[in-house]
Amino acid sequence: MKKLTAAMVAVAGVAFATSASAATLDDVKAKGHIQCGVSQGLPGFSNADDAGKWTGLDVDLCRAVAAAVFGDANAVKFTPLSAKQRFTAIASGEVDILSRNTTWTMTRDTQLGLNFAGVNYYDGQGMMVPTSLGVTSATELDGANICTNTGTTTELNITDFFRANGMSFNLVAFEKADEVVAAYDAGRCDVYTTDRSGLAAQRGKLTAPDAHMVLSEIISKEPLGPVVRQGDDQWFNIVRWSLNAMINAEEMGITSENVNATKYNDVTPGVARLVGKEGNFGEELGLSNDWAYNIISQVGNYAESYEANVTPLGLARGVNALWSDGGILYAAPIR
Amino acid sequence: MQQSSLKSIIYDARLRGYFYQVFILGCLAFGLWWLIDNTVTNLADRGKTVGFGFLTENAGFQISSTLGTWLFDYKVGQSSYLDVYFIGIANTFLVAVLGIAGATVLGFTVGIMRLSKNFIIRSFATVYIELLRNIPLLLQLFFWYFAVLRALPSKRDKIEIIPDVVAMNITGLYLPAPVIEPGFIYSVIAFVIAIIITLVMKSWAQKRQFETGQRFPVLWTALGLIIGLTMLTFWITGSPMNWSYPEFKMTGAILRRGFQSGSGMVLVPEMLAVWLALTLYTAAFIAEIVRAGILAVAKGQTEAAYSIGMRPGMTLRLIIIPQALRVIIPPLTSQYLNLTKNSSLAVAIAYPELVSIFAGTALNQVGKEIEMIFMMMMVYLTFSVATAAFMNWFNARVKLVER
Repeated sequence: MKKLTAAMVAVAGVAFATSASAATLDDVKAKGHIQCGVSQGLPGFSNADDAGKWTGLDVDLCRAVAAAVFGDANAVKFTPLSAKQRFTAIASGEVDILSRNTTWTMTRDTQLGLNFAGVNYYDGQGMMVPTSLGVTSATELDGANICTNTGTTTELNITDFFRANGMSFNLVAFEKADEVVAAYDAGRCDVYTTDRSGLAAQRGKLTAPDAHMVLSEIISKEPLGPVVRQGDDQWFNIVRWSLNAMINAEEMGITSENVNATKYNDVTPGVARLVGKEGNFGEELGLSNDWAYNIISQVGNYAESYEANVTPLGLARGVNALWSDGGILYAAPIR
Repeated sequence: MQQSSLKSIIYDARLRGYFYQVFILGCLAFGLWWLIDNTVTNLADRGKTVGFGFLTENAGFQISSTLGTWLFDYKVGQSSYLDVYFIGIANTFLVAVLGIAGATVLGFTVGIMRLSKNFIIRSFATVYIELLRNIPLLLQLFFWYFAVLRALPSKRDKIEIIPDVVAMNITGLYLPAPVIEPGFIYSVIAFVIAIIITLVMKSWAQKRQFETGQRFPVLWTALGLIIGLTMLTFWITGSPMNWSYPEFKMTGAILRRGFQSGSGMVLVPEMLAVWLALTLYTAAFIAEIVRAGILAVAKGQTEAAYSIGMRPGMTLRLIIIPQALRVIIPPLTSQYLNLTKNSSLAVAIAYPELVSIFAGTALNQVGKEIEMIFMMMMVYLTFSVATAAFMNWFNARVKLVER
């Protein structure tokens, strides 16, 4: 019943939301904080600790936007959303940003009334199996029972993969990741499939993490990124450039530790533009000119966020390294 | 003069009544217009359109094999979102009907147990009721699901309930599946004919008893007729039905061991857990309703029945229950409606019912919130109205006929 109510509330959200689509920036400034939609607990990306403090790569993105808008990275409130609720929550205005390891796809971009403001993690769907199964490749999984969660692209990807390989399977789709892990752990399924980052994050919840292995196949492209409502370009730009600022900061070697010194000493034009000493890039966004300085000093650059949150899961930078380091992370320049 | 006529208008109760009605109607109309206008504007702002065209598109995701996927022959990439809708309805309907049946039987049993003179039986019933009706259903659902999962042997092992016929493991309860061959229809026709004859015979026997006082063994004759005639037809037409037994393999690649798909019939543990949880939870409420109903029948009724020589069984069947039902039926209806609506919680444990596959997976692929939630609400509304209509009809039948 609870879920049904949530869905109804979401529908009511579309009906009751103020019809004049006021600028999100003004709304956010008026209420004094950013409402950020995150996952219900995915270590490394968005996860709350015992004290209710949220950490993770996706959380840091919302904090960065708060730093840019308010000069205070803590002016964020988090709304944990299931995969199913998330798009309705952002579409109805319940949250201002959806930063919840959400895959950028064409359907979502064109049909849901949403826009993806960039990619903060390049992921791919993988599969985990118990080592005792004696399987080395995903093409040996004909007839397997597969656990995953509903309301995501994973259901489609796994279906496509098995169809393409002419194999049959049975899908057991749960609403929340915790139940997927519990059911897989109990032996209900032979395979647990989700994004590889998710597999790494959830592995720790298994009773014997070492008795499982992640298969080498990556069966999909999963560019994960922040989502905003369509039709508010200013807000879209703020979110997109907050992410770009973090990536550019890494590229220029500016960290939360050296940003203060840099702000006053570095005369490289690119750096001066980033930290707000040159030009009025912040004002063009509708913010103050030290917007990016606030992001870097309070949240850090992309590498700092990655190393604090994702590296502990055992996930190397890989494709998520900067383009100059052999990865595909490439932010447009601030100029 | 003028003032007094104004006063008379203000103090005219009839006019005031009209004014209030028009005012409230106006508010309602404005509210409705505001909601619709807002929805339309907001949808337009986000570049979304309203329409049901998506229903014919192909659904590209797999659904756990259940009654629904079997009934509508679900095939990924060929079946449409409309099929997904129907599968969701079928699966919701299945747990609702099974749950109602289970909860009714268990609820009546526990309710009667609670009135038992035996201390142990009575206390057991009390503990059962108080425990189950006071724990949230969602928690019970998780408990049963994971308790069931943990208790069962792995996919490559089994517990045999009836050797080679019924067996169970973590992937579900395996039963033989009927394989129907042409000619089976004659047995169905024979079955229907036997039932019609039984009904005719029953009214004849009743009439004869009223006229002559002689009783006729209706039950045994009817059983013999229904089973006999059906089986005879089945045998004459050459037994046109076979059973497909679940096949279990212990050899080969580890992944391929266990029950083989395409043999027998499987009830997935998700469904069993939902059924169990809904049954146990609702039965606790029904038990209390039954107890209240029985206690509502005055003791004098029992004594009067005994005094004219009725045995206890007859007293219960002919005197107590018919009167208790009058009290039981209306609240029982509410419980049936609750059970149907509560079945939507099954989404939490991967049972592919309506909320899970249609308002969940499909909604996320298509993004038509308004249309899809509306379609889903219509289903629950239809289920509930149909249940209520049936129970009202039944209630009208059993209610006290005043003479």
